[in-house]
Amino acid sequence: MVTLNSKIPEGPLAEKWSKYKSSMKLVNPANKKKLDIILVGTGLAGASAASSLGELGYNVKVFCFQDTPRRAHSVAAQGGINAAKNYKNDGDSVYRLFYDMIKGGDYRAREANVYRAAEVSNATIDQLTAQGVPFAREYGGTLDNRSFGGVQVSRTFYAKGQTGQQCILGAYSGLSRQVKNGTVKMFSRREMLELIIVDGKARGIITRNLITGEIERHSGHAVVLATGGYGTIYYLSTLAVNSNASAAWTAYKKGAFWGNPSFIQIHPSSIPVLNDYQAKLTLMSESLRNDGRVWAPKKKGDKRPANDIPEEERDYYLERRYPAYGNLVPRDVGSRAAKERCDAGYGVGDTGLAVNLDFKDAIAKQGKEAIEEKYGNLFEMYEKITGINPYEEPMRIYPAGHYTMGGLWVDYELMTTIPGLFAIGESNFSDHGANRLGASSLMQCSGDGYFIIPNTIGNYLADEIRTPKIPTDTHEFEEAEKAVKSKIEKLLSVNGRQTVTSFHKRLGKILWDYSGMTRNEEGLKKGLVLVDELEKEFWKDVKVPGTADELNQELEKAGRVADFFELAKLIITDGLNRRESCGAHFREESKTETGEAKRDDKNYSYVSVWEYKGKDKPPELHKEELNYEYVEVKVRDYK
Amino acid sequence: MNIKLKIWRQKNAKAKGKFEDYTLDDVSPEMSFLEMLDALNTKLIEEGGDPVAYDHDCREGICGCCSLYINGNPHGPGEKTTTCELHMRSFKDGQTLIVEPWRAKSFPVIKDLIVDRNAFDKIIVAGGFISVDAGSAPDSNSILAKKENADEAINSASCIGCGACVAACKNASAMLFVSAKISQLALLPQGKVEAMDRVNAMVARMDELGFGNCTNTYACEAECPKGIKITNIARMNREFFAAKVVG
Repeated sequence: MVTLNSKIPEGPLAEKWSKYKSSMKLVNPANKKKLDIILVGTGLAGASAASSLGELGYNVKVFCFQDTPRRAHSVAAQGGINAAKNYKNDGDSVYRLFYDMIKGGDYRAREANVYRAAEVSNATIDQLTAQGVPFAREYGGTLDNRSFGGVQVSRTFYAKGQTGQQCILGAYSGLSRQVKNGTVKMFSRREMLELIIVDGKARGIITRNLITGEIERHSGHAVVLATGGYGTIYYLSTLAVNSNASAAWTAYKKGAFWGNPSFIQIHPSSIPVLNDYQAKLTLMSESLRNDGRVWAPKKKGDKRPANDIPEEERDYYLERRYPAYGNLVPRDVGSRAAKERCDAGYGVGDTGLAVNLDFKDAIAKQGKEAIEEKYGNLFEMYEKITGINPYEEPMRIYPAGHYTMGGLWVDYELMTTIPGLFAIGESNFSDHGANRLGASSLMQCSGDGYFIIPNTIGNYLADEIRTPKIPTDTHEFEEAEKAVKSKIEKLLSVNGRQTVTSFHKRLGKILWDYSGMTRNEEGLKKGLVLVDELEKEFWKDVKVPGTADELNQELEKAGRVADFFELAKLIITDGLNRRESCGAHFREESKTETGEAKRDDKNYSYVSVWEYKGKDKPPELHKEELNYEYVEVKVRDYK
Repeated sequence: MNIKLKIWRQKNAKAKGKFEDYTLDDVSPEMSFLEMLDALNTKLIEEGGDPVAYDHDCREGICGCCSLYINGNPHGPGEKTTTCELHMRSFKDGQTLIVEPWRAKSFPVIKDLIVDRNAFDKIIVAGGFISVDAGSAPDSNSILAKKENADEAINSASCIGCGACVAACKNASAMLFVSAKISQLALLPQGKVEAMDRVNAMVARMDELGFGNCTNTYACEAECPKGIKITNIARMNREFFAAKVVG
């Protein structure tokens, strides 16, 4: 039996990180040059880690499947990035940011990690600003802030509706500087397909060159995964369509445990599903709820155009149900409230699966220009996709699969259960419990990359300074390469009739129906059977054209979807195990009289940590008990 | 809608490419352009053919992955729109669409409609950054920036690095892309320290990589999906001459 050691440092919460840093082992500059680090993924976590690790002098080999590191999906985060600067003099502090995240995560995150995330947030904003990220400014030249869901202070820094793009470009410029300095070597259009373990330690990866199809071996003294989340498992999600779970999944199958797989955030404001050939759902930033009011008609099935429905016949249901937070309730609460209205027959649009997000009052009060300055690019984006002008008519929105709080289990050092394998950013399970608050993913990714991993990886590598360069001509690499090639061969040889995408769509529909915004025992069990059947059908009837030794986008997709089937079963298994509602995980069997999520702290105050036990064997559940010493565990109330 | 397509097909960088004709029925005007190509690929795969390779990822106009020359325009018709944001309602029933990759010496074709834009990364590596190590940054509010400058910096920084400017220019000039980065950093106080070295290094690298000179035809500005202004080029030239004067 493996015991999970979260390695939380001793001492008071506020001192843990500085204590850790002052007692961790160090690697001297001369030795850093001799150590190789493999880093996979170049979103905000990966790019900022590449930049910081390069600055320290390590040899960093960085991999991404896109054509350039700047394209990773952090680029699409819109609304902002949190920090506890208290520039607004509204009572913010590191403790309050920590508290909001613990509460927002519905008391399912580890206190020490969350506190540290809040603690490094201020330095992160400073670093990004110094790198040239053009955050919005006040007339006096200082940085501006806005408020975001689930909190009552204004701590969100932003650059129009393109905060993620600007942050990642800052980190990418830091990465590029290290390429120039010779510490970072960039490998783009490469996909990680296997993890190499030598004597129990992560020592390398196998990649496929996506242009030539060549299978390549890369070794290092440590491996860092910054490979993002798995929201695309729903097929339709707010993620980039190529985002996937395969790198993390291969790590899981090699012995890295997976934490809270079923904790998947459904974002309340995406452009609704419009038709069945749609390839993705586009997010409309949560920041819009600062000025937009969410409503549905008071009358069931009211199909009048929104502007023809008089004020007294509109139900501003968030303001009605949650007067304290109103339109700024956290995402899980906002999503379920929208679903509740639509399921009850009050939805708008052709499908009835949408509600209104209305800027009429904000425009009347602040003027069109003020709204344009804050959200101009989002309004444009909405109009391009729907053909509707949101300055004149309310936006239509509906929840969509978005962010995965679950991911590879890591300890305080962000190391997985495989020594030498680290997971940062969205790819780990660490900081957001059962629900993530807005503007805290950019914060966590950049905090992990700039300030946490550069320290914690040193504590591991200090014991590796005598380890020479890891050779790649060993049987571990040989076998992993064989496994990769045989999987590719298998995918190409099925030669069935149905496209990869058609399978992905069907998988997504099963998950959305049975393991989406709300879940129940019967549905989850049914979902598990359906996924299993579909997976079998996939391996009998999928059609992957082309060959292995060329640029083959269908083959890339096929490998990712094959992994999604397996991950889908883990998600459902976790959802079945957790017979409570918490955050984004809403079990219909566990709710209050007013329909809110009802936690069961007595039985489920733990991280569910799953261990792979082999093909066709059920995974084994380990529990990391969560102890709250610094916050009082309460019913999460936004009323 | 019924759509006729002439698409550039090229097996790899070395192979000779040519246009192939396809027709697609039942195209909905509500489809995005890329969803239309998805539909074509589904049809090709089901018929045992070879699907068309094209770059795409976020499908919401921000990652800069998608490209495509459509009927003579980078990212097709429509102002300030990326190919992934373009919808079929912009075209007529029965229309013929000619779809090509970016054409530029510095962006060689990899396969079909996919080109290699790695040259952009090389220009950024040359100097498109501010040299500040994590840990050494001062408090954000100790660096005051005029709001107008910060707003203009965001406008320049909105560039998504798609390469439409290069594709649109008959000289295949990368000046709009390069000047947007130079402007963003020159407009902010934290970028001023290295401004001269930056402009020298980036312009030199741009020239080395085979990008041409500015034609002053404003085609780049007209085709830029993010509305990056030609005034960035003027600012870059100013910065460049100032750097030369100082030596």
